Amino acid sequence: MSDLSLSMSASGGLPHAPVLPEAPPKVTARNLNFYYGEHHALKNINLTLGANRVTAFIGPSGCGKSTLLRIFNRMYDLYPGQRATGQLMLDQTNILDGKLDLNLLRARVGMVFQKPTPFPMTIYENIAFGIRLYEKISKSEMDGRVEKALRGGALWNEVKDKLNASGLSLSGGQQQRLCIARTVAVRPEVILFDEPCSALDPISTAKVEELIQELSEDYTIAIVTHNMQQAARVSDKTAFMYLGELIEFDDTSKIFTSPTDRRTQDYITGRFG
Amino acid sequence: MAVQSDVIDDAGPYDRAKALSAFKLGDVTFYWITRLSAISVLLILGGIIISLVVGAFPAIKEYGLSFLWTQRWAPSADPPVLGALGPMYGTLVTSFIAMLIAIPVGLGIAIFLTELCPQWLRRPIGMAIELLAGIPSIIYGMWGFFVLGPFLANTFQPFMIKIFDGVPVLGAIFAGPPSYLSLFNAALILAIMVLPFITSISVDVFKTVPPVLKEAAYGVGCTTWEVVRSVVIPYTRVGVIGGVMLALGRALGETMAVTFIIGNSFRISSSIFAPGTTISAAIASEFAESDGLHQSGLILLGLLLFVLTFFVLAAARLMLMRLEKKAGN
Repeated sequence: MSDLSLSMSASGGLPHAPVLPEAPPKVTARNLNFYYGEHHALKNINLTLGANRVTAFIGPSGCGKSTLLRIFNRMYDLYPGQRATGQLMLDQTNILDGKLDLNLLRARVGMVFQKPTPFPMTIYENIAFGIRLYEKISKSEMDGRVEKALRGGALWNEVKDKLNASGLSLSGGQQQRLCIARTVAVRPEVILFDEPCSALDPISTAKVEELIQELSEDYTIAIVTHNMQQAARVSDKTAFMYLGELIEFDDTSKIFTSPTDRRTQDYITGRFG
Repeated sequence: MAVQSDVIDDAGPYDRAKALSAFKLGDVTFYWITRLSAISVLLILGGIIISLVVGAFPAIKEYGLSFLWTQRWAPSADPPVLGALGPMYGTLVTSFIAMLIAIPVGLGIAIFLTELCPQWLRRPIGMAIELLAGIPSIIYGMWGFFVLGPFLANTFQPFMIKIFDGVPVLGAIFAGPPSYLSLFNAALILAIMVLPFITSISVDVFKTVPPVLKEAAYGVGCTTWEVVRSVVIPYTRVGVIGGVMLALGRALGETMAVTFIIGNSFRISSSIFAPGTTISAAIASEFAESDGLHQSGLILLGLLLFVLTFFVLAAARLMLMRLEKKAGN
């Protein structure tokens, strides 16, 4: 069965895996609404991210999928006038709780952005920086953690001889994997990917996709993508969003073969979007 | 413009080359105008250096290198004894203290304005900073003389002198008696004067940090302070140091306000509460009634300020290069 799924993903565009057993919920949204000032951007979202599953969010630009992702780590909090209502649980923690320690939340819910965002420091420091925020460890321990994180980001072999070079000196694809390694280094529980491959070439994209698959063994993953083949290749569940509403949310194989909603079908067949 | 469009309108297809050659002439003229503007900077700079050297020549011939380490300044003695140690010391010390105060405060204001300040407070503070830059230095001088000097001499100075009394090194730096006119007062005024440079340049460069980079830092769980320290400032390092350099350049050369409140004493004292002088203050207060060797000595002081500024700025560049290296570039 796994052989079959591999060959299918290699041919591209087809759902990568058979339906997995239902996973325990990791993140649960109930009646989640989001506002940019007066603009009602997300309407009554109800969904569950299964633990150690990859959930893809697809939909035309402006449908609210990135907005939804930015609620999961309260990134919207940085900007005045943006607010969320409803309930959003990470295990037993209410993410929308005003008294929540945001730094701790963001350590539990990591994020990888559309464009690679290496910090203006060396490759080693890019990784060690995040770790140092939470843990006081010795230099040798730190070396081990940095190596582990870079291996986790499938970057170790390419950078092990130039750990003291600037993170900005890497290629775009390498920078993105550095950012993934940096996110992994903090040992989060959930990783959010906001169109992680939109600025990358096909080979780098393939590497990052492969990495996302591997990471799903240890982490719960949410990925926003404009590339439907990518959603089909990497995710277990897919959510289709349209105009701020969650239209359909089901197993990826189901969404891409027999969607129930007309709009989902139109979108995945390329009739709009 | 009109001529060119006429040419194009009336010309047949084969006159196109002629029309283009008119543009070409314009291009060449443009090139030479910009080039001459750029070269004029070099000419002016060279001219100033030459006239300074010529004017200072009698003093150079008379005193030689001993000018640099002589503290005595007695232009009316016979023969006059002139030494630049006092003014050089005062220039460096006041600028150093001024930067010590202005850099943290200026950066603090810039960080507050860009990262923490509520929207409605942003404009008033930003405008106040710009107004601060617009106040003529003579106003600072008068305010320092009539308000700040007496205030410091009655409150801050006695307090510091008392605290550090008997402490080695620091006791000598903060030694009495309190004075209306002192190096420290001048440095404080300088700090206020250069603050707008540091702040407004830092605000501008802080705004160039891509929001997504800051989000990424918040995304690994940084606090605002950690984002500023580890991402915003390293990312904008070059711009911030540029602002600091500009401020330092101004502090080294500032004349009017300093002349008012520094006390114009050529004697070097270990205490920063004692009167002193700077190169520009010495020139400003003595140039009008100087002649002969005295005047030449003052011009030599000006030349020294030129060289001093050059070295300080060069050292800053060097520091910047080493920072770059450390960051792995």
